[in-house]
Amino acid sequence: MLARLGQRVLAGIAVVFGVVILTFLLLHAAPGDPVRLLLGPNATDAQIAAQRDALGLNRPLAAQFATWVGRFGRGDWGTSIAKGQQVRQLLADAWPATVRLVGLSLILSYLLGIVLGAVQAARSGSRTDTVISVLSVTLFAMPGYWLGLMLVLVFTYWARWLPAFGAAGFDADYLSGRAWLVDRLRHLALPLATLTLIGIGGVARFVRGSMLEVLHQPFITSARAKGLTERRVIGHHALRNALTPVVTLLGLSLPALFSGAVFIEAVFAWPGVGRILVEAVQARDYPVVMAATAVSALLVVAGNILADLLAGWVDPRLRGARSA
Amino acid sequence: MTRLLRDRRGAFGFLVLVVVLVCALGAPIVTNGRPNEQRDIVATRFLPPLSTDANGAFHPLGTDRFGRDVWTRLVYGARVSLLVGVVAVLVSVALGVMVGAVAGYWRGPVSVLLLGLTDFALALPRVVLLLLLAALWQPSTVLVIVVLGLTGWMSIARLVHGEVRSLAARPFAEGAIALGARRLRVLARHIIPNALTPVIVAAALGIGNTIMLEAGLSYLGLGVQPPTPSWGNMMASGRDTLVNAPWVAVAPGLALVLVVVACTLLGDALRDVLDPSAGR
Repeated sequence: MLARLGQRVLAGIAVVFGVVILTFLLLHAAPGDPVRLLLGPNATDAQIAAQRDALGLNRPLAAQFATWVGRFGRGDWGTSIAKGQQVRQLLADAWPATVRLVGLSLILSYLLGIVLGAVQAARSGSRTDTVISVLSVTLFAMPGYWLGLMLVLVFTYWARWLPAFGAAGFDADYLSGRAWLVDRLRHLALPLATLTLIGIGGVARFVRGSMLEVLHQPFITSARAKGLTERRVIGHHALRNALTPVVTLLGLSLPALFSGAVFIEAVFAWPGVGRILVEAVQARDYPVVMAATAVSALLVVAGNILADLLAGWVDPRLRGARSA
Repeated sequence: MTRLLRDRRGAFGFLVLVVVLVCALGAPIVTNGRPNEQRDIVATRFLPPLSTDANGAFHPLGTDRFGRDVWTRLVYGARVSLLVGVVAVLVSVALGVMVGAVAGYWRGPVSVLLLGLTDFALALPRVVLLLLLAALWQPSTVLVIVVLGLTGWMSIARLVHGEVRSLAARPFAEGAIALGARRLRVLARHIIPNALTPVIVAAALGIGNTIMLEAGLSYLGLGVQPPTPSWGNMMASGRDTLVNAPWVAVAPGLALVLVVVACTLLGDALRDVLDPSAGR
């Protein structure tokens, strides 16, 4: 178990490292010069050269990369070229917001998706099954940013119930206790609903398929033959066994969920890693892009390993046995 | 084919895609043919759906903030979205089949290397990569196709790898070798054609997904650039006028959902028809 975990962690580190190298190469291969963007169109060649020198952009790529890795490892993530802020501070402020949004929506969409999928499988072929199927395929097909816009249209513009952007109101600093919590929750509502809704479809589809497979197995027949209630057969015997692939899916869907969060954060101006990444990419803000990519890759890899451990916990047969 | 159409999902998906395709191909006939046409902006902007402007032109889906006909832009946008979706998926299928087949047929270091590469690419956060690629180079339709194609081949490679490995051990493949066929020929003529069934299904599902990603990139301003209409940049421009003219954002979104649903249902139906043993 521990050896396997060690292996996974090593592989994860390799992936993160690969992402970082790839990002580094892409950034430097791409047209567009951050120094020119920084100094504006009126900068003289001498000024540009001086600034380039000051930022260390004149040195060989390998040397720049080695320096970056060394500094990153020591916790010195550099200064944002566009904003002048410490990159580390920028990301330290941002990642809890992303984890909060992604984590909550992960829990909600899996809970709801599993319930919907189980109900469908239990009543396979019925009208309920068809209705939920249509619903889940539609949700599955919905782009998050568009669903977000529609929710904003309905709940912000028409009903005027919920705020459309940010994680807290302008007066958040003066609120305390209940008012503070309500303010936070109201801001969380729309992005969380969007991300959860688009997640449900995929989960429900998957759970339905996995449940149907399990329901055809002999031990289900024998459970029914023992005289167990249908509720117990479905809830205890079928669902438990159908959940193993679902947990694996959880790990696999993390990158997708994180990707979805990038768009959702952009739509709702949610102050997370995704928004910082989008802004930094558009401004060619090298240090921020590098660090934000590394952090998002880390989050995804960590999530994958966590899901792997979870799968072993749900299904003891998988502990240590799985090699691929 | 008949079995596919007898499946309700298959029939629906097929019908929707045919209608969209016909509209897209016949764009100059079913619309006014000028997606970027602006007349008197003040008089014709933000007309609600089903209205007729002062020039007597009818706007079934209304007009946007520049007075352009939303229906016309929607149909011309379908051309872009479908083109990007189909071509990008073809690129990923070609790459995926190549990598998967080689890795599945030739064991040893080549296979290990290719599979390692696939797993690595699969673990990369795709959208982060898309953002980087699209933002760092000049955004264009071709770039979007290349980027989406290059980041979508991994699951196909995995599928093909598994199929090829099991097919290569079958008697017919060994028989072909025994008859003196070269290995490359056996792979290309005997094994790959037999491994394509799951690839077709994955491609059908992938087209929907790719269209969605294209729209996402265009929505962020990193994909197809205005004034060329694409569903993504139409939604983005609709975002700014959500209060005055919600139809500008609603129409392309609904079209997108419809097409992606159609692709998904068609893919599901295809899987059941092509591979009855898989069950549901």
